[in-house]
Amino acid sequence: MEQKGWRDIPIGGMILDAGNAVEYLTGGWRAFRPVFGEADCIHCFTCWLYCPDSSILVDTENEKMTGFDLEHCKGCGICAAVCPVNEKVIKKTDQELERDDVRLCIRMVEEGKVEE
Amino acid sequence: MAELTEIRWHGRGGQGVVTAGKLLAETALGTGQYFQAFPDYGPERMGAPIRAYTRLSYQPINIHSQIEEPNVVLVLDPTLLGSVPVTEGLKEDGTLVVNTSMSPAEVRKITGFQTGQVFTVDASHIAIDEMGREITNTPMLGAFARATGLFDLDDLTEQLRAWFGKKISPEAIEANVRALRRAAEEVQRG
Amino acid sequence: MSKFEALQGNEAVATAMRQINPDVVAAYPITPQTSTVQKFADFVADGLVDTEFVCVESEHSAMSACVGASTAGARVMTATAANGLALMWEIVYIAASNRCPIVMSLVNRALSAPINIHCDHSDVMGMRDSGWIILFSEDGQEAYDNLIQAVRIGEHPDVLLPVAVCQDGFITSHEMARVEIYDDADVKAFVGEYEPRWPLLDVENPKTYGPLDFYDYYYEHKRQQVEAMEHAQRVILEVAEEFNRKFNRDYGLFEPYRLQDARVAVVAANSTAGTAKTVVDQLRDQGLKVGLLKPRVFRPFPARELTEALQHLEAIAVMDRSISFGAMNNAGPLFLELAAALTLHGVHIPMADYVYGLGGRDVRPAEIEHVYRDALEIAETGQTERMVTYLGVRE
Repeated sequence: MEQKGWRDIPIGGMILDAGNAVEYLTGGWRAFRPVFGEADCIHCFTCWLYCPDSSILVDTENEKMTGFDLEHCKGCGICAAVCPVNEKVIKKTDQELERDDVRLCIRMVEEGKVEE
Repeated sequence: MAELTEIRWHGRGGQGVVTAGKLLAETALGTGQYFQAFPDYGPERMGAPIRAYTRLSYQPINIHSQIEEPNVVLVLDPTLLGSVPVTEGLKEDGTLVVNTSMSPAEVRKITGFQTGQVFTVDASHIAIDEMGREITNTPMLGAFARATGLFDLDDLTEQLRAWFGKKISPEAIEANVRALRRAAEEVQRG
Repeated sequence: MSKFEALQGNEAVATAMRQINPDVVAAYPITPQTSTVQKFADFVADGLVDTEFVCVESEHSAMSACVGASTAGARVMTATAANGLALMWEIVYIAASNRCPIVMSLVNRALSAPINIHCDHSDVMGMRDSGWIILFSEDGQEAYDNLIQAVRIGEHPDVLLPVAVCQDGFITSHEMARVEIYDDADVKAFVGEYEPRWPLLDVENPKTYGPLDFYDYYYEHKRQQVEAMEHAQRVILEVAEEFNRKFNRDYGLFEPYRLQDARVAVVAANSTAGTAKTVVDQLRDQGLKVGLLKPRVFRPFPARELTEALQHLEAIAVMDRSISFGAMNNAGPLFLELAAALTLHGVHIPMADYVYGLGGRDVRPAEIEHVYRDALEIAETGQTERMVTYLGVRE
């Protein structure tokens, strides 16, 4: 991106182009990626609510959670941590599960180890 | 009177010393004079000796320093005589006006001020008599007006009524007016 | 019709605030500013203004609330002094760099320690790099007039900077004097409506204030502040001219007093300038050609104009009511800046600094006369014996 001179930017550091944070593609920061597992999503939207990067994709018309915005998702894993289906799976198996366990609803898989 | 009149007031916190200075300022405003009214600020409380200052002139006043050599000194509380150096800096041809039952000669003795003019009036007695309280500022203003000739009693009275306005009852205002005029009558020179 | 009233400096300021009727005032009390905010609070309680008065728990919060309100799009005013200003220090810089045209009454009081409630200029000098426009006032009338003009200066689209209007703590803030108060409608018309260009409350056009800057853009934002300061000098004079036409009082970047044909002059700000005027008159009566320059606009510092006004003199005595500890010869800031201005404009006049009045120490006409006589001596010999004198300190 070409850097602008002082005359060409808003004064005081104001950001007048609202929501332009979307232009900053932070997907490259990821060390882990959220991936759907075998457990069915119940479309409770809890992951969407908690995601700090607004990176949970939703179909608002049909009220369904549809996936992850990998251009922005930083791989923080909060979605997996709050997912109630994940919690249910863990309770049911009654053992420590790896974050990328296939039985979960949302799995956190190491970048570079993601099966396409 | 000199072009610029510098006045120092002595009293105790809570006796209306600052109010007296302000009242004088308001009267000066009404008579087209320039003025400054300001107190000393220190760790005061009720009863502690305080000083206030007033400057009066028909010319604009630019000076803002403390008044070191007043032309007039007013002492609102007789108990200050002898304990506070009330005549410090008072100009040789200056005027001292004291609230006391003593005579001017006795005041001269205590303060050591042997020049200029000394006026005394028992403002405390007048205040208690007319107003039922020992707030001596209004009678002292009357004595001041008579002693210095700087203000017309009618101007002062009018200003007093305006100042108190609705703050106190009409009876209380008139009591203040009576006290002011009576002090002007009874003040003695010596 | 304007009328004359008996008002203390702080009361005059509160009156200006009432007439300006800002959207928000957020302030915390501190001697010797308290009576301003107290009186203004009375106006709020009595429904004489529409102002939203925010009682905060500290000066840091006061300025924070002011910045929040200003960026929201409100016309904002506040008041403080000394350590109150010091406590809000980080936000003071933020107010300027966020380009908030906040107007502040700064009642000059000494910074602690030891605790001192009386006047000196150490507080305002601590904010001279902050990006605020700074105006000095000789008395309550000037504080009143400056405050009204400050609103127009700060809000000007070429400026958009906060403005501090100074007056001496206790000396003029608590001195009741004859002040001309203009008609409410005239003041209201003069300040006009505030038209914020980028208010946060304009939800149709969402925006962000106070984001992060890395080393790639911070400098450019600071350069913008420089631009604003450069425009400010012009704007200050434009506003003053309009003020003069409306209210018949002439303000400039500074006030020269019997300066034009003087041989020597004192440079002194705020109330001491008034006392110095009296001394000038006395010495002139004795046939001595002395004068005074009273700074009004300290930021932006009108170096060129000051140089032009002073360059004919044979000696200059600057009076500083604060010390810049550790600066050259432990002089005061006014002296240091003026010396730089003159020297760098190629004007070499012997100058001396007289630090005075710290912590409210009274400065008497006799002492100022002493300064003038020193200056005349310097003019004779061309030599300055002492660069910095601490006037009135007990050795």
